[in-house]
Amino acid sequence: MTIPTLLHSTAACFSELDARERARALLDAGSFRELLDPFQRVESPHLPPQGIVPQSDDGVVVARGLIDGQQAVVLSIEGNYQGGSIGEVNGAKIAGALELALRDARRGRIIRPVLVLDTGGIRLQEANLGILSISEMHAAIVELREFVPVVGIVAGRIGCFGGMGIAAGLCSVLIGSEIGRLGLNGPEVIEQEAGIAELDARDRARIWATIGCRRRYEQGDLDCLVADDAATIVRSVCETFAEKPGGARSRAVAERRRRIDEYSLPAAAGGPQ
Amino acid sequence: MSRGLRWHAALSATTDATAGSVRVADVDWSGERARIITVGPNRSARFPRARGGQVGIEEGWAIASEVRDAIEQDRHGTPRAIVPIVDAPGQAFGVHEEALALHLSLAAAADAYASARLAGHPVVALIVGKAISGAFLAHGLQAGALIALDDGAVEVHVMSQASVARVTRRSEEEVAALARVVPSTARDIHSFASLGAIDHLLAVDSADSPTARDVQTAKTCVIDAIRELRARPRGPRERLGSSEAQRTRALSLHVRKLLEEQWDAPA
Repeated sequence: MTIPTLLHSTAACFSELDARERARALLDAGSFRELLDPFQRVESPHLPPQGIVPQSDDGVVVARGLIDGQQAVVLSIEGNYQGGSIGEVNGAKIAGALELALRDARRGRIIRPVLVLDTGGIRLQEANLGILSISEMHAAIVELREFVPVVGIVAGRIGCFGGMGIAAGLCSVLIGSEIGRLGLNGPEVIEQEAGIAELDARDRARIWATIGCRRRYEQGDLDCLVADDAATIVRSVCETFAEKPGGARSRAVAERRRRIDEYSLPAAAGGPQ
Repeated sequence: MSRGLRWHAALSATTDATAGSVRVADVDWSGERARIITVGPNRSARFPRARGGQVGIEEGWAIASEVRDAIEQDRHGTPRAIVPIVDAPGQAFGVHEEALALHLSLAAAADAYASARLAGHPVVALIVGKAISGAFLAHGLQAGALIALDDGAVEVHVMSQASVARVTRRSEEEVAALARVVPSTARDIHSFASLGAIDHLLAVDSADSPTARDVQTAKTCVIDAIRELRARPRGPRERLGSSEAQRTRALSLHVRKLLEEQWDAPA
């Protein structure tokens, strides 16, 4: 496998765009149309009682439009609001949009789904409402991907973790930039749950070498590694849909089990529970 | 032996002390064939962070393998039921697991259960202990029906109370107090059931070590759920149709209604 040379363009860094700008960048010029936009003020009622100011889009942008002239829906998570965490409203926005794309696909009308994943996973303040909505997303992705590739992008500063890391694993195609990180448990959570001997969450070099998108690409957990540049990411998404890729990697059971068996685990790994 | 392993042994009438973390048994309940799967503690698990019954890197792929094996075997016959027994303290928290793409291992398990459901296998999860976070998403939440024991030690949550307190910068007492106001943050099974995701809450004599009567009660309930799913297949989305969800997840339904109205551009 060859690693593409990453040329950092001076054009818009994808990671510096907000969720709405990212969705706009991914859709053909002039085709962006937001559903449940912030003026409709469908926000989380669960946060104010916990002393957190709600946001009028609950940190997720649902946008219809065109990708390469074809009908598309972009679901873009705002990493700068509550760490991109998934609660009831923003979870229903994502799951509901995927379910509508599935409904249309069954009727022979293909809508290209793109998930912009910049999220730590379940929103702790909404907890089980988050986990239920994420289980609904998982179900929708597995079914939808039989009709059309479900494309995930991991190119934001938060990365993609928790139940949304699982959602990324279910996507047909994953695109990442060197800014991105992808895994199940974020470094801080591992340090809290397993202790600093397992992982020092401040050890940035080790973290990127373990869960950074470059590493993920090198071991086949990611399909495309691209520069942190909006135009490059958009091109990569267009090419992906044009290529009509095959099965998801979450089905490669035998190959992955073999690889895990071959992994050399240090004798002292983890230590006693 | 953990709760999950005891229920697995009791329901399958087998005990295999040599088996690994993922226990699998095929049963025939008066013509209703089922594959029962659970994850249990395993002191000799290769990855130490999964020795306490967590769903780790090997467990996720092992579940996927067992479920896909059943799909393959039943390709030309009646799809047997798949019954995950849920008692997992969470996913494995380890750096080696992350390096090997733990998120993908859990995705593989969720994918396999969802694929089984789509291939016509009734998937009925039986929650007998802890159902937590990534472990529950991988092993249980893709079921078409969820049954839980009505017991104080049956818990559904996304992170330990101590960790929630640290991450949200609150004291543990504050986190516990909040759970009484915001039911989705509570840990007990009644709060979770109030969200409309549990089809049946089962009262038993001993959730820890089931009596013969308990096993019979659970078996009857699981078989009924299997038959309901054969007659009318359901997935996670259909949980929103329950009477509790209509009330407690009204906003989840409202968001979907608005999305549908706005889905196509006005002509």
